[in-house]
Amino acid sequence: MTGSLKKMKTETALIAVCAADLVAFAALKVSPGFFAGIIGILALVMTGYLPVKLQAKLGSLAVLTLVFTLGFASKASGDIFFIGLIGILVVLIRTDRAPVWTKVLIGAAILLASIPFAGFKDTFLFELAIQIGIFAAMAMGLNVVVGMAGLLDMGYTAFFAIGAYTWGIFGSPQAHSFMAGHFPLNGNLMFLFMGLAVLATALTGIIIGLPALRLRGDYLAIVTLGLGEVIRVLANNMDHPVNITNGPQGITPVSRPDIGWFRSALSAIGVPLDARTDYQLFFYFLVLLVIGIVIVVNINLGKSKFGRAWVAIREDEIAARSMGIPMIKTKLYAFATGAAFSGAMGVIFAAQRTFVSPETFTMLQSTTILGMVVLGGMGSIEGAILGAASLTILNIDLLKGFSEYLNELKQGGTVIFGYHLSSLPSQLDPAKYERLVFGLVIIFMMIFRPTGLLPERRRKAEEAEDDDDIPEITETGKGGQS
Amino acid sequence: MLDSLLSLLPQILFEGLLLGFVYAMIALGYTMVYGVLELINFAHSEIFMIGAVAGVEIFRSLSNIIHNGYLLLLVAIVVGGLVSGLVAIAMERFAYRPLRRRGTTNRLVPLITAVGVSFVLQDLVRLIEALWHNEFFLRMASVSDLEGSVTVLGIFIQYKSIVVIVVSLAMLAGLNLLVNKTRLGTAIRTVAQDMDTARLMGINPDRVVSSTFFIGGSLGGVAGVLFALQYTTISPYSGFLPGIKAFTAAVLGGIGNIPGAMVGGLVLGELETLAGTYLPTLTNGTIGTEYKDIIAFLVLILLLLFRPQGLLGQIVKEKV
Repeated sequence: MTGSLKKMKTETALIAVCAADLVAFAALKVSPGFFAGIIGILALVMTGYLPVKLQAKLGSLAVLTLVFTLGFASKASGDIFFIGLIGILVVLIRTDRAPVWTKVLIGAAILLASIPFAGFKDTFLFELAIQIGIFAAMAMGLNVVVGMAGLLDMGYTAFFAIGAYTWGIFGSPQAHSFMAGHFPLNGNLMFLFMGLAVLATALTGIIIGLPALRLRGDYLAIVTLGLGEVIRVLANNMDHPVNITNGPQGITPVSRPDIGWFRSALSAIGVPLDARTDYQLFFYFLVLLVIGIVIVVNINLGKSKFGRAWVAIREDEIAARSMGIPMIKTKLYAFATGAAFSGAMGVIFAAQRTFVSPETFTMLQSTTILGMVVLGGMGSIEGAILGAASLTILNIDLLKGFSEYLNELKQGGTVIFGYHLSSLPSQLDPAKYERLVFGLVIIFMMIFRPTGLLPERRRKAEEAEDDDDIPEITETGKGGQS
Repeated sequence: MLDSLLSLLPQILFEGLLLGFVYAMIALGYTMVYGVLELINFAHSEIFMIGAVAGVEIFRSLSNIIHNGYLLLLVAIVVGGLVSGLVAIAMERFAYRPLRRRGTTNRLVPLITAVGVSFVLQDLVRLIEALWHNEFFLRMASVSDLEGSVTVLGIFIQYKSIVVIVVSLAMLAGLNLLVNKTRLGTAIRTVAQDMDTARLMGINPDRVVSSTFFIGGSLGGVAGVLFALQYTTISPYSGFLPGIKAFTAAVLGGIGNIPGAMVGGLVLGELETLAGTYLPTLTNGTIGTEYKDIIAFLVLILLLLFRPQGLLGQIVKEKV
């Protein structure tokens, strides 16, 4: 497809993109809703793939940002506009030659203005954005383990659970049941506990990793799988004889940091907050901040001595060892780093939900995060973010939406090809089949595109060396300038 | 106190033996596939689960037609084994073979695919059961002539438990014959040793791999039917725990080693049952029976620390 697109004249492409943007705008005016969102996304796809000049591309992205943001005002089908905004971010990241300031400008407009605006209109979108953020940070953490170092960690949620319980127990009255002191602890201590959780999970990672990492990679997979199960069993059963985790009931309420300063700061710049959205907005910004830190840490790790050693181990363990890379130490470092990211996110998760229960931390959760890394591209940071966004939206928005739609059809007595939908079994609820969807995503990615949607740059460079096949997205702009 | 603990011992050892045979049969599937492909087939736990579900369905639909419990069980075992074996072949054909064809060197790729396959199979079974019966937590129908029991030497033995042991022993003996005495067995061992050389010797590795998946899969399927018979409740997700434990059993015996998987299964079954009964008594209920699921994991960790090659395995040097 892209081959023929590249031959397209720059002028034709420009006209096509402009027309698409105009149509999207018009659609928004005529009927703001799902339909307009789809047209906007089509325009976005054209912007991403057609060989237009860089300026035109950025201009079109800015226009589409406006279109999607205005779409939220319509209240209905906010999710489709939300997906559009995520899409713009992806195209923006992959537009290599864009000046940094434009990237920052459009990115900041989306992250700091459009999405909060959407969240005020529909709190579900806030929830969605926070979930995406938490998962994106975890996917980037797992990416260090799986993508960079090539170690398969199948119990990643175990570390998430350790983090969540670290704060869950001490940030709630739960700690009374086994020790003296004044609980719940002040919510502001949450930030301290993020540090503690990092230490605790990194230590657990080292204890678990030490026996498993001496052997071939497959053993690590099964040991981490077991670890995930052990943590779940412990969380479920450590309510007797001493009640530490409160068992299957879970722990609630978990304190949150004090945000008086945040409220007054925002009202000073003219954004009044109500009790419904203040914590949502706070956690949204907190997650954004953490993601920012994680990205910086990730990029620097990738460039560091350890990062290069990880890639070397991933590519050829024996060659790496003969180059003098200390095998166990380097692998342990990757494993513990990934674990630490997950632990820190666990603390935020516990505070944001104000509720911790063993049910959250399942094998399904671990595999979902693995699926995010695989879908986005192992080793690729932006891939991990894209993977997290797609699977989270798919899971808590699209599948649930489809379920609700199906239910409406059933109750409305719809008939398709002479088959009464109302006679469908009640167990047939699409939202319950996320394993099927994730499983298929993983299998198809592995068979047809093992490098993921947004392959790691290092791999892309290798592929470009191997044959002269030009990588897809990043190079499309080049055709326009020649 | 000690007397009461000791008087329980024969019964517990017997229960452990039952569980151990089930683990041994599942473990064989892991170990055989690992032997030929060096792949941990995570989806094998789902092959086991599919066998169990097939067994439950046979009992459900045929118990009104076939009144002899043993005949019914025979049908269930044959069907369960066949269905599981065929699913295993299909899985290999559509998920793993494309990866082999492409000649990927990244070891993670097949492993991750196996995780995906496992998820797809779980929900496919759930989907089928939802469309068919509108429920997916299944109970094995009880057939009266399998439910009887005798007491031998103070051990309470159900007839169906005897069946479990007899069938397992027969299957294990049959597998030993197959692997050691037949042409197919020789071919499997050859491919396990060196796939490229086997190809030069005129063996079609794809056929051998398919047969290996079928044999391992049907053993897992039969184990599933026996598991359902013994423990009665089954869901699309009940393969996970026995699967991970059976894998531990395979590692315990030395992965890739067929007698090792049998020994490992039996040892793990006994350990788990002993720990599950004695730990709560010895610790006054501080450590409940629920913790028995952790035993397998602890065994695995200790094993990796002190004897990673397993009880019967040998250390394999990685070739450059």
